[in-house]
Amino acid sequence: MIEATAAQLGLIACHVCELVSRPPARAAACACPRCGARLYSRKPDSIARTWALLMAAAILYLPANIAPVMITTSIFGTQRDTLLSGVAYLWTSGSWPLAVLVFVASILVPLLKLLALSYLAATAQRRSRVRQRQRTRLYRMLEYIGRWSMLDVFVVMVLVALVNVGALANIQAGAGAMWFGAVVVLTMLASMSFDPRLIWDRAKYRDG
Amino acid sequence: MKHSTLIACHECDLLQREVALPPGGKAICPRCTATLYTHSTDSIDRVLALVLAAALLFAIGNLFPVVSMEIQGQRTEALVWQGAWRLHQEGETLVGILVFLTAFIFPLVQIVGLLAILLPLRLGLTPHYLVPAFRTVEQAKPWSMVEVFMLGVLVSLVKLAHMATVIPGVGMWAFFGLIIVLAWASSTLNPHEVWARLDVLEAEPAP
Repeated sequence: MIEATAAQLGLIACHVCELVSRPPARAAACACPRCGARLYSRKPDSIARTWALLMAAAILYLPANIAPVMITTSIFGTQRDTLLSGVAYLWTSGSWPLAVLVFVASILVPLLKLLALSYLAATAQRRSRVRQRQRTRLYRMLEYIGRWSMLDVFVVMVLVALVNVGALANIQAGAGAMWFGAVVVLTMLASMSFDPRLIWDRAKYRDG
Repeated sequence: MKHSTLIACHECDLLQREVALPPGGKAICPRCTATLYTHSTDSIDRVLALVLAAALLFAIGNLFPVVSMEIQGQRTEALVWQGAWRLHQEGETLVGILVFLTAFIFPLVQIVGLLAILLPLRLGLTPHYLVPAFRTVEQAKPWSMVEVFMLGVLVSLVKLAHMATVIPGVGMWAFFGLIIVLAWASSTLNPHEVWARLDVLEAEPAP
């Protein structure tokens, strides 16, 4: 069986409706004949954009973990919680399944995503041909789990909304919540800008 | 020039010929194992029913409190937009916007968009906005995070249970229903079928 990709035959599959069409010759930018989306063989500047977003996310990962995400004021005093101390609180208060869940969603997943996407971008950049199938699977998994990192942001929101009973108890969001939200959004954008087809490409195709 | 029978894998760009599938079957890329397309008939009817249910549940979930809490006789309640608004009031406007977008706006775009597409399709109408609307719905999908939001609600309930009485509200049950119905709808919805319908309608406009 002869294997050929759309790009090798000069065809482009639309990234929105997946229609395969042949772009007019010597057109700088063209639109999908069915859905009107802009056509490109590979996501424009995929590797460069992925790296840029990954680096921004990696930088913000530090303040996201150091700054408090939640500030609790009650008659017993003020308590500042970071992502990790929130997990520790769940662990010591006996709800260890939830502690594990929150730890995985807000600390492990963003970190794994940063590492795994860096690996995918680096290997795609070198046009490596090792474990292409596994790398595609890894990408698919990253796309699926990334959103679950938003968990802690939602927890902060619910607590902030509920706990505001004056001097008795009051919960405020800390700066860490914003940094963390930014990390989640940036890693999601990074995995969206990565083009998994680059894992399989041998020759350089025109993009954009 | 169109190649209606040729498809390219969206994950590795391998070209292959579209083949007919048995009911419930799915086509998998031989090179990278991505799911290419699934077989479903009348998916539009079933998805329309599910999306109507989702619209109802979304309305209930946003009109009735998701959770309420009691500390020494003082009762507070939380709705999605109230939570976002409180974040804004306390200076965390960006977090408030993020939460409002992912738990309210994008799910709303998904539900209203699908209704606006499937209802006319079902009635055989072809308003001009169908194609851009479906594109918007597909692009809003990864940012619509109702299920993550509900998991967040559960975690905060456990955190609060130590210091106060927390009461799950009607909104919470509606949101749980919404998660199931939305997941069901998006697994039933066959984008290939919708695009094919749009293609046919555009080629031969209804008299």
